[in-house]
Amino acid sequence: MMQSIFPILYLLAAASFILAIKWMSSPTTARRGVIIGEIGMLLAVVGTLLRAEVVSYQWIFIAFLIGSAIGVPIAYYMPMTAVPQRTAFSHACGALAAALIGAAEYYRQMPHGVVMIALIVEMLLGFLTFTASMMAFGKLQETLPQRPITFKGQNFVNLGILALAVIFGVALILSPERTWLFPIFAVLSLVFGVLLIIPIGGADMPTVIALLNSYAGLSASAMGFAFDNKLLIVAGALDGSSGFILAVIMCRAMNRSFSNVLFGAFGTIQTSVKQTTARPVRSASAEEAAEILDSARKVVIIPGYGMAVAQAQHKLRELHDILTKRGIEVSFAIHPVAGRMPGHMNVLLAEADVPYDRLIEMDDINPEFARTDVALVIGANDVVNPAARFEKDSPIAGMPILNAFEAQTVMVIKRSMSPGFAGIDNDLYYLDKTLMLFGDAKSFVSGIVKELNAVAAGS
Amino acid sequence: MSSYEIAIWVFMLAAFLGFELIRRVSPLLHTPLMSLTNAISAIAVVGAILITGAKEASTLTRALGFTAVVLSTINVVSGYLITDRMLKMFKKRGAEKK
Repeated sequence: MMQSIFPILYLLAAASFILAIKWMSSPTTARRGVIIGEIGMLLAVVGTLLRAEVVSYQWIFIAFLIGSAIGVPIAYYMPMTAVPQRTAFSHACGALAAALIGAAEYYRQMPHGVVMIALIVEMLLGFLTFTASMMAFGKLQETLPQRPITFKGQNFVNLGILALAVIFGVALILSPERTWLFPIFAVLSLVFGVLLIIPIGGADMPTVIALLNSYAGLSASAMGFAFDNKLLIVAGALDGSSGFILAVIMCRAMNRSFSNVLFGAFGTIQTSVKQTTARPVRSASAEEAAEILDSARKVVIIPGYGMAVAQAQHKLRELHDILTKRGIEVSFAIHPVAGRMPGHMNVLLAEADVPYDRLIEMDDINPEFARTDVALVIGANDVVNPAARFEKDSPIAGMPILNAFEAQTVMVIKRSMSPGFAGIDNDLYYLDKTLMLFGDAKSFVSGIVKELNAVAAGS
Repeated sequence: MSSYEIAIWVFMLAAFLGFELIRRVSPLLHTPLMSLTNAISAIAVVGAILITGAKEASTLTRALGFTAVVLSTINVVSGYLITDRMLKMFKKRGAEKK
């Protein structure tokens, strides 16, 4: 009796997952979404444990314990700046799990036909996403160099390896009994994953993470075909489409195509940037910056990855608080690719207690810049580079940018005049209305806050 | 209809549903969204359990299945907990009166 209940539990689980994503659409309902998602997962696991095919439990429960013992500390002790790495790591875990399940099912059944096709797709995506995600993890954690590594004929080698993996996969589909083909297929898929990420630079990580998310989901979906399990198909398809949409949004925000990101065009551009002669810039001290901010009515802060590196988000919130208290309107302009994964900046600022209704998306904030007194750029570079709009031959031409240059005064906190990820000089820094604030983002912002506090105490 | 045909229909409809749902998610929440869908795709734990708990499992398949259960459980547990931890931080102005 009990074992025939699982299809109903699976159906309810699938419905829960759909509701979970639906409720993620707004911050007010999002936490409800997490709870329904957890319920869905619980139903799916309980339903599976009740199935007649599952007869031995001890290893399953030991695995649950080990997995929780690793997962819980990750969840509680991971700093929010490490969210992109954690995401890459969990793509790696999910993809490897899918690939191993595929391998186990292959050795168990040696299936033919559709099931074998599904298993090969599952394993190809699983293995390549595993190594690709580990590489992305290494780059984000900075244990691997962030700069793209390119070599001659790279695309040819990469596509060659992928083609070989597919050929061995097809051979396995045609004759699953030839087990010696299997390890070669697995190794080729793993190697392709590594090669896929090598030429990709840090600035492209948001797209790549989203794309790997999609692959991991599709791999789970393929598993659903192999196991004839609709719940796996639905959950995997939701994840797959989610990653895909996010990747498209990221690409659009950089005005680049998928192939452009994957085949490392930025890597080649970086070497060919011409050195421009040094042009004069105006710089200012924290005291001067504080004075200008204090006399403004509307301030827009533009954070970038440099803000996260310098851990300046808490000091920025202090700046936001004190300016707001003095009757100045402060908002944060969030470019879609600011940070190392989609939405990264929002999480960092939310962690620092910046109210989320002050975090404004690009399309909504851009018309505001003309009425803005001060645009304060912190650790962002390419996303405010006017060259993207006005220079047709710039490598970032056509990339949507935040119109910081339209503000009355622009202030840029920056360590030095070195160019950003794309290696492109930024004309914004040389405008007459631009003040460069040289120094570490965190200490400079706290300097400004100190000055403003002194002014507040004096008045 | 064969069961594979149905499966393809299910996949197509779920993918379109996914597109429609995700498009509506505010960019504000894209990071928690990704961490939630990560946790959801750890549904692979179902396949892992079926393999690990099977009667006729060999040492090899049981070891593979066992590892897969561990990996999926990491994703389920940390995925949901982190998503909730992140969402807790999103507050509206004036909501944090202490």
